[in-house]
Amino acid sequence: MIPANFAYHRPSTIEEAVGLLASLGEEARALAGGFSLIPMMKLRLAAPEALVDLSRIAALKGVREEGPEIVVGAMTTQHQLMSDPIIAAKVPLIPETSAVIADPQIRYRGTLGGNVANGDPGNDMPAVMMTLDATYVLAGPNGTRSVKARGFYEGAYFTAAEPGEILTEIRIPTPAPGAGYAYEKLKRKVGDYATAAAAVQLTMKASTVETIAIGLTNVSETPLLAQDAMTILAGSRLEPEVVDRAVAAAEAITNPASDGRGPAEYRTAMAGIMLRRALARAASRAQG
Amino acid sequence: MSKVHVKLTVNGKAHEALVEPRTLLVHFLREDLNLTGAHVGCETGHCGACTVDIDGMSVKSCTMFAVQADGADILTIEGVAAPDGTLHALQESFREMHGLQCGYCTPGMIVRAHRLLQENPRPTEAEIRAGIAGNLCRCTGYQNIVKAIQHAAATLAGEPFQEAAE
Repeated sequence: MIPANFAYHRPSTIEEAVGLLASLGEEARALAGGFSLIPMMKLRLAAPEALVDLSRIAALKGVREEGPEIVVGAMTTQHQLMSDPIIAAKVPLIPETSAVIADPQIRYRGTLGGNVANGDPGNDMPAVMMTLDATYVLAGPNGTRSVKARGFYEGAYFTAAEPGEILTEIRIPTPAPGAGYAYEKLKRKVGDYATAAAAVQLTMKASTVETIAIGLTNVSETPLLAQDAMTILAGSRLEPEVVDRAVAAAEAITNPASDGRGPAEYRTAMAGIMLRRALARAASRAQG
Repeated sequence: MSKVHVKLTVNGKAHEALVEPRTLLVHFLREDLNLTGAHVGCETGHCGACTVDIDGMSVKSCTMFAVQADGADILTIEGVAAPDGTLHALQESFREMHGLQCGYCTPGMIVRAHRLLQENPRPTEAEIRAGIAGNLCRCTGYQNIVKAIQHAAATLAGEPFQEAAE
């Protein structure tokens, strides 16, 4: 499987990358870790005329704290996220998710930016970023702008990013200390996309849910924020009948495809099961 | 399309070449450098037979272009043994513990295990299984591969190999 030929560019700054994408036009693609784009090119489902390799742009890498936010450079790899001390201490939902993405080899090179920017409903980080209420910073020919993860995903492979824009960083509001979290993913084998997966981030006080966010992966054309389920659970003590209602509300917004991972009804039911497990685990981890 | 000049180090030896941007790293290693140890298995990034070590990371060389490796320091299975041909502890252990049958996955397995043991010199069985989750073997059922990596870890640590109780 040999891809079609292309011209290769390797800029060292964001400005240079944006300039290249602007001058090369719509047949050029940005290359991050390559684990979505290169397989597509090998299958000739994608044949970009030019690739702009973002891997040597130092400004796109690393994790830092900036006021009330954790800022992650778009080219930070899953492997780095699994070993970064700031991420481990402040946003442990992220490494828990990274650990169930693909396999060790792919996690060494696969990036957070590539995972969230592609708009593939199978990717795990988009629902997690919606759960964390992250903001994506996009750089384009007209400067930079910010888009909420919760408003970024428009359809399978369709996002709010404009042609010529690249994702430069992901800004995550630092979760409250003692927050509970969990990512539960059902998959058939290592490296598979989720049959269904659920992310939960919550804070509790005196056994009562103070704040909660829930994201669902791969059970619709886009990642989902389970808003109704969040409303039902906020202020509750996670009583079984309340959890039942919230799970039903989350299942109601799913619209999975029937495919090799199972019929749609099964995948919806598994989204419910993943949510139940994630809720229980997040609550058990929450302090307060 | 114009070719791109790349410079990289493979198994301690410097190489320079002109490559088409679309040349996959595994093809460059096998066809330009005649290093045929990294195998082309599934070609879809799943099987890990093409695993090589790049700048301290295990990488599936079928899902990376050679141009992306410009400037990199690469280790392939050919570079794992000592220059005089003495096998590495992992290679000895795969032989000793029958960690291979057809051998097709073995170069990727050993290169991956090599990196795993650098990061975690005494992994548990569960850590070994998670660590080689990106490498498929269709013969052995993995049992003896895991045992071989445990054996190598013990050898490298200078400790006796203790087989886990069944």
